[in-house]
Amino acid sequence: MRHTITVLVENEFGVLSRVSGLFSGRGFNIDSLSVAPTNEESISRMTIVTRGDDQILEQITKQLNKLIDVIKVIDFTDESAIEREMALIKVTAEDESRAEVLRIVDIFRAKIIDVTPRSYTIEATGSPSKIDAILELMRPLGLKELVRTGPAAIGRGSKGWKG
Amino acid sequence: MKMNGARILLECLKLEGVDTVFGYPGGTVINIYDELFSFKEIRHILPRHEQAGVHAADGYARASGRVGVAIATSGPGATNTVTGIATAYMDSIPLVLITGQVPTALIGNDAFQEADIVGITRPCTKHSFLVKDVRELAAIVKKAFYIARSGRPGPVLIDFPKDVQIATTEFKYPDAVDIRGYKPTLEGHPRQIEKAVGMLLAAKKPVIYVGGGVILANGSVELVEFARRAGVPVTTTLMGLGSFPGDDLLALGMLGMHGSYYANMAVSHTDLLVAIGARFDDRVTGKIATFAPHAKIIHIDVDPTSIKKNVRVDLPIVGDVKWVLTKMLKVLEEQCDAIDGFRREIAPWLQEIDGWKTKHPMTFKQSASVIKPQLVIRKLRELSNPDAIVATDVGQHQMWTAQFFTFTGPRTFLSSGGLGTMGFGLPAAMGAQVAFPGRQVIVVCGDGGFQMNLQEMASLVQHRLPVKICILNNNYLGMVRQWQEMFFDRRYSQTCMELPIDFIKLAEAFGATGLRAEKPDEVEAVIKKGFKTPGPVIMEFKIAREEKVLPMVPAGASLTEMVLAS
Repeated sequence: MRHTITVLVENEFGVLSRVSGLFSGRGFNIDSLSVAPTNEESISRMTIVTRGDDQILEQITKQLNKLIDVIKVIDFTDESAIEREMALIKVTAEDESRAEVLRIVDIFRAKIIDVTPRSYTIEATGSPSKIDAILELMRPLGLKELVRTGPAAIGRGSKGWKG
Repeated sequence: MKMNGARILLECLKLEGVDTVFGYPGGTVINIYDELFSFKEIRHILPRHEQAGVHAADGYARASGRVGVAIATSGPGATNTVTGIATAYMDSIPLVLITGQVPTALIGNDAFQEADIVGITRPCTKHSFLVKDVRELAAIVKKAFYIARSGRPGPVLIDFPKDVQIATTEFKYPDAVDIRGYKPTLEGHPRQIEKAVGMLLAAKKPVIYVGGGVILANGSVELVEFARRAGVPVTTTLMGLGSFPGDDLLALGMLGMHGSYYANMAVSHTDLLVAIGARFDDRVTGKIATFAPHAKIIHIDVDPTSIKKNVRVDLPIVGDVKWVLTKMLKVLEEQCDAIDGFRREIAPWLQEIDGWKTKHPMTFKQSASVIKPQLVIRKLRELSNPDAIVATDVGQHQMWTAQFFTFTGPRTFLSSGGLGTMGFGLPAAMGAQVAFPGRQVIVVCGDGGFQMNLQEMASLVQHRLPVKICILNNNYLGMVRQWQEMFFDRRYSQTCMELPIDFIKLAEAFGATGLRAEKPDEVEAVIKKGFKTPGPVIMEFKIAREEKVLPMVPAGASLTEMVLAS
């Protein structure tokens, strides 16, 4: 089962390799990982998408918590979090397909951020499934290059975690 | 007062109560050694290899319960420590390792004797630090010791660049440590503890299964009291040997691959397994699907990751095992009316276990012509002091020692359980002797493992450490040979050592004493003489070459599928 885990860590060098080393050393999967500083300068926030059954997920969260530099681990399951990711998509756009690309961009409320006579570069944001959907439509038109950030996740509701 | 980094390190060590360090000098730690030259409060032990230095610090820690400290220089000095660090990590031994590092400006430039030791040791340390600013040094050392010894203990590495050792600052040692990401749970949940006692009193066939965690937490007294009060039998892992007296009526000895018949049968028939400070290692469980098939499992451990890692658990209790056992005993006492009834209820279970004990006791076939290794171990027990510390290497001799020595106190058996590091025994015994100069320290090793760190004979003689070294010599890498005999059609690929070594001459070359026994009737005399002779002594026993460690549960088999000694 797919899980999105948020990990708040000390903003220090070497922390990323501790986390990624833990996943590789224990044979856990990482589908995506994004990391950036938070509002509190000394804390970074990682969003990791991983897969596994309940037992594996329990081990992943426990092992993450065991790292000295990890401050907090939140395992978002089901609908408890909102996830957004961004994709930068370079797509072939010649003659008749130029209009089709624009239509898709419009439907998905994406943006054209670079134009050439033979291509469009698109910025799309949304849930990972929305990104998947736009890519599915773009693929037959000629996908030249794709960059996905991996999702960032935040809990639903009024409760926040400082930092 | 302003001091340089090297001096600050020593002041910090002193304030942490460190009076002994094991270390090996080199270019990037020369400033530390220069400060050490006139720093009289810390004794320095010079091994002959950095790996042995870490094993010695490890043996010191295992025997004394204090944090072991080792120093190595950058590059090869640091990489030589890796096996020692991994050994300590697998057995949760508190160590602080200090490695020199090239000056900060050169880090990443492939400088002479540069190695990314923080990166190399990341998977085998509890935590690690690179000191980039001398003003952070004192706080880092304080944190390192706190992390090493608290919660589930483990090795912590401090990488210490040369320029930071030279840089000066005002020295102030922090009073307290607060690490927001590290708050070990020490107090077990009271409701869970109550439930655990309730489950125990409802059981008909309970067994307590104890690991090294009880020794690490200094919880042996509480364990013994609890088990005896409840009248529940106790089996221990290799790492747990000594936590419960092996000669107690409730003792089942070791379980698992080379455990006793009756311990493995008890675990396979129990209806309630109380695991304390143990981690359900594959050498203990055998085939996981058939491990303790009828049992509810209570698991008490300070490390939450140990719980439900390998087996399902019905009742987890995260906490310091000494703390939890104390509470459990209290709860048990509150229900003292129930205890008598409980003990009556489990009486048939104890009889069933006694039946297994009578059927297949821990035994071996005696011989009048050739020395049986088990005989040597029994004689060592008989002739050594009751508080003797016994270190082992890894292999057949290790298992024979575990099976036949009958350990009665915690921290008297030092062995590399998790990593299974050959070469561990001799330096670990050295460290234990440094911690306890007045106690008898014995190392049992094979001829293979002894040769992996035999250079430490020089350290023993130099530092006047009278370790008694027993080599069970079968001229084989015996454990691998045993597997080849049993599972590979006796194809002894590369396990015969071929070259017979004259261990008496070897001992003498180092200025130590060498003794040899070739016949069973010589064993006792050699041990007596070895124990009486001052200084380090090698006692070599030419043992039955193809003797096997039995019982044995083949790897991956169920605990009930034992190959027995008869």
